[in-house]
Amino acid sequence: MSNRAFALVAFVIALAIVAASQLVHNEYFFSAAYTVLQFVILATAWNILGGYTGYVNFGSAAFFAVGAYSTVFLYKAFQPPLIVMILTGTLVAGMLGLGLGYLTLRLRGVFFAIASLAMAVVLFTFVVNWDYVGGARGAYILQPREVPFGFPRYIHLLYAAMVLMAAFALVVARAIETSTLGRGLAAIRDDELAAECSGVPTLRLKIFSAAVSGALMGMAGTTFPYYLSYIEPSSAFGLSYAVNSIAMPLIGGMLSWPGPLIGAVLLGTIQQLVQVTVSSAWNLLIVGVLLVAFVTLAPNGIMGWVDAWRRRKH
Amino acid sequence: MEISTALLGNAIIAGLLLGGFYAAVSVGISISFGMLDVVNIAHPAFILLGSYIAYIVNDTMGFDPIVVSVAVSPLFFMLGMALYRVYYLCFEKRGQESLRGLAFFFGVLFITEVTLVLIFGVDYRMVQTAYSETTLRLGVLDFPLRLVVPFLVSLAMVVGVQLFLTHTFFGRAVLAVAQDQLALRLMGINPYKVKERAFALSIATAGVAGAFLIVIQPVQPSIGRDFIGLAFAVCVLGGMGSVWGTLLGAFVLGFAESFTATFFGPSWAPAVSFGLLLATLAFRPSGLLGR
Repeated sequence: MSNRAFALVAFVIALAIVAASQLVHNEYFFSAAYTVLQFVILATAWNILGGYTGYVNFGSAAFFAVGAYSTVFLYKAFQPPLIVMILTGTLVAGMLGLGLGYLTLRLRGVFFAIASLAMAVVLFTFVVNWDYVGGARGAYILQPREVPFGFPRYIHLLYAAMVLMAAFALVVARAIETSTLGRGLAAIRDDELAAECSGVPTLRLKIFSAAVSGALMGMAGTTFPYYLSYIEPSSAFGLSYAVNSIAMPLIGGMLSWPGPLIGAVLLGTIQQLVQVTVSSAWNLLIVGVLLVAFVTLAPNGIMGWVDAWRRRKH
Repeated sequence: MEISTALLGNAIIAGLLLGGFYAAVSVGISISFGMLDVVNIAHPAFILLGSYIAYIVNDTMGFDPIVVSVAVSPLFFMLGMALYRVYYLCFEKRGQESLRGLAFFFGVLFITEVTLVLIFGVDYRMVQTAYSETTLRLGVLDFPLRLVVPFLVSLAMVVGVQLFLTHTFFGRAVLAVAQDQLALRLMGINPYKVKERAFALSIATAGVAGAFLIVIQPVQPSIGRDFIGLAFAVCVLGGMGSVWGTLLGAFVLGFAESFTATFFGPSWAPAVSFGLLLATLAFRPSGLLGR
């Protein structure tokens, strides 16, 4: 399937999902589905740098929070329409990915991983000390009273935006994966030196994929302040975003776009169920245990099983 | 702003004492990351484990936390051996350490933190020692013993590690692993055995550093994360795989944090170590005393 056809199919499915969910009357469905979709975007975005290129980003939460706090800033300054906030947050997070990549992707992969962790703490400290966006106390973001496009409540609009953004993230990931660019990234992942010797512009490709990955993570965060109506640094920078966006692609499978999608839907749904029935601390324990179990015992994730099963059939 | 001599002097003392503690936190990373090329970002998890073991024994039997941590360090040594064995079999042997190995350690860090939260909750825990309330005064300078005692023991530990590495057969084997593993194989030494014990040693230092931590400040499960960046910052700043470099890096960081906290406010202090790390990575990745 060509990328254009895939994009068309993805957006048609997304619109169909949005239309079909209007039949659901349970309000909890929308907020739970919003969270799962948010993880679909984060996992897909992480995988562009982590799975395709082989560089581990521990700072997903920082990119997510940058997206969220750019919305808070715009809300305080101009109150523009939601779409402007989404575009701005995506752009700012992309610039951050570009900057971090430019500074540290020349070094060995592990330095990038540590630097991404470090960046998260530096940005956290800045936000805590920045009073305009609420500082450590946090900030209240009021949902607009009038909901555009005829949605009954604001959460329905956020949910619809999230479905479309998730479709967009998947389209971007697949486009990268199937292009020459994606083959260049795969060459970097498998043997960076050999790739460099065969004329792959490794540094440029790595920086590009860091920027795209960061931008998509930021995009996932842009609607977050509206979703909660209240935002504080420790919720926006939560470690669970960093862990989940690593665990989901690893569990689903990192080599192609369905992996993170499967991982995110599976793990996200489990977490929603556990959060309701047990507690959120157990939630995080389950993610951690699954991450370690999959990475040691099934390194290619669920998609690895699927591929093995397909090969046996032929 | 007028800077008084007392304020300045106390900032210097605090930086010095803090730096000694940071050296203890980082010396393990200096071994595992700098010498063995094992990127153990789960190191702070073992520091916290050390803190909580010291806390439990201190709370129930009243023993001194630092004595306890030295007594249980063989346990940490064995834990380190087991962890390295899993890491070696699952990742290093298959050549997957760069991505999956990192994710593995991240998972271990996370599991430890959440387990500690489930057992002890998110309350801050502290220990009672004979010296925690005492402060020596020298003119206008304060020397709180809860910082001085960990500082001295920590220095002894770091110097001990350095002497061990340079003056024993096994220590030199570790340094040889850091230089060239293939050459070691050609000499008929199994690098796996050397790395296993050296990694175990690094985990043992984490356990002792954990006791220092809980003597210095109250401990809560999620503070472990802050030490990842700190320990790696110290190692990279000082130069990879150099114990003296680690000591130097720790003091630089201690002074930087103490001055920031004194003159700009404590809420900015965490950004210092990470900012230094980012700057070092960007401008001088080989560190101050790097090879």
